Amino acid sequence: MKLLAKMSWLELKLFLREPLTVLFALALPLLVLFVMGGVFGNDVDAAYYRGVGSMDYYVPAYIALVTASVGLISLPVHIAGNRDRGVLKRYHASSMPTWVVIGSSVVTTFVIASISGLLLVAVAMPVHRVVSPDRLGLVLIGFAAAALMFASLGVLLGAVLPTARAAQALGVLLWFVMLILGGAGPPPEVLTGAMGAIGDVTPLRHAVRIMHDGWLSLDAGLSWLLVAGLFCVFASAALRFFRWE
Amino acid sequence: MPRLDPVVSVAHLAKRYGDFVAVSDVSFDVAPGEIFGILGPNGAGKTTTVECLQGLRHIDGGEVSVLGYDPRHDSKSIRRRTGSQLQESALPERMKVWEALDLFGSLRTSGPSTEQLLDDWGLTDKADTRFGNLSGGQQQRLFVALALVNDPDLVFLDEMTTGLDPSSRRVAWDLIRQIRDTGTTVLLVTHFMDEAERLCDRLVIIDRGTVVAAGTPSELIDRHGGGVRVRFTHDGSIEAWLHGVPHVGAVSRDRDRYEVSGDGPVLAYVAAALVEHGVAPVDLRQERATLEDVFLALTDGGDAE
Repeated sequence: MKLLAKMSWLELKLFLREPLTVLFALALPLLVLFVMGGVFGNDVDAAYYRGVGSMDYYVPAYIALVTASVGLISLPVHIAGNRDRGVLKRYHASSMPTWVVIGSSVVTTFVIASISGLLLVAVAMPVHRVVSPDRLGLVLIGFAAAALMFASLGVLLGAVLPTARAAQALGVLLWFVMLILGGAGPPPEVLTGAMGAIGDVTPLRHAVRIMHDGWLSLDAGLSWLLVAGLFCVFASAALRFFRWE
Repeated sequence: MPRLDPVVSVAHLAKRYGDFVAVSDVSFDVAPGEIFGILGPNGAGKTTTVECLQGLRHIDGGEVSVLGYDPRHDSKSIRRRTGSQLQESALPERMKVWEALDLFGSLRTSGPSTEQLLDDWGLTDKADTRFGNLSGGQQQRLFVALALVNDPDLVFLDEMTTGLDPSSRRVAWDLIRQIRDTGTTVLLVTHFMDEAERLCDRLVIIDRGTVVAAGTPSELIDRHGGGVRVRFTHDGSIEAWLHGVPHVGAVSRDRDRYEVSGDGPVLAYVAAALVEHGVAPVDLRQERATLEDVFLALTDGGDAE
């Protein structure tokens, strides 16, 4: 455990030393918030946003989006890059346990996503008068579940993709598709046919729905189960396919 | 043959990658406290051999023992008591020197402190420098320090000086001797002949996955270097009795220039015979093949790259 703590702290410091990654993880969600908040305000239109104010809809969704950003982009780029450059090989030759390498990545994802999420809430609540969470405990559980799911997907992508460049390309692509179709972009009501169907199968859609469950008491349907199931699938595949070189 | 139990013992090691046979038959023993070299052209199977010893690769055939452990079952025990500088491995660009030593240091139960290692390898004033900002020589020193972090009984150094400029290579050679002087056995993989000739107590030359020669550098030169040539100048005709000197093979003369070829201690016998006959040339010298000549004679000279 001490080793995990040391590795996690070191990974966090390394993360903070990469200005562009920090900017992406912390500033981009705020930028999206400003643009969307400026365009849509926080008015209620029964036909859109599941019948709640648009910012009330978006803020919990963006918290889910933040876990996706870190999990889909930062984490795979970091892991694939470390393998590509021979860092993982060196860890392996020094008997660094697999669970410490993976565990520290998950811890880092958690911490970065938490900071980014808190920043988002701290700005959105006063500026856009977003409603307070209905059930804070459930919001925190939802956040943890979403972060775990995307962290395990991130480790999986980092495990199977050969280089940092490949990880970045695929990560950004997945992130963008999820942003647009997964419920953190246009209101789900305007996504028809194929778009809606694709949106329904993105992990982000279900992360958004469990956040809405806690924050706004909107029905999550099977999303809790799906997030838990996806976590199990991603995590076991990540452990199965993790390679040191 | 080594006097004590060997630190590393390899018998008929074989390793394939699919259809490609990387190592077909490699055998050698490494004695405690020596610098043992594995030489060979690029693609000969050197790195594969070492990675098999470390338990980083699955072994397809043969018997291997490292510090008494079998890498197939006990790679963790091996890694606990060995250190390594791997080919094509690195640290994160933004990791600082002290952070790397601290991290790898926390993987072991005993060994020198971070401060001690920084001091031993001249890195104290670079402790806060990021890996990516170190010079090539400083990175090598850090890798050596990391390889010694667990106070190992054996260190693997794979192509440690590749890519270094000549002066950094000299520094690296001193580092390697320093490691040996602390009592640690060194297994050195290299394709530089001068490096092997200067550093290695004993070595094997590997080509196409098999051992083509083994011994000390001078044994190899004696055995495969095409003998020894002794040269000197003298005005008179002395071929007749030179032929009778022990260890002399052929004598040739070009006006006043003599060339005597022979084997082993020929120089000493020729010198003694010359003095006995009242001949004392001022330019008596021996020309000997280098390890590089041996290497080129025994291998294809690195056709892989």
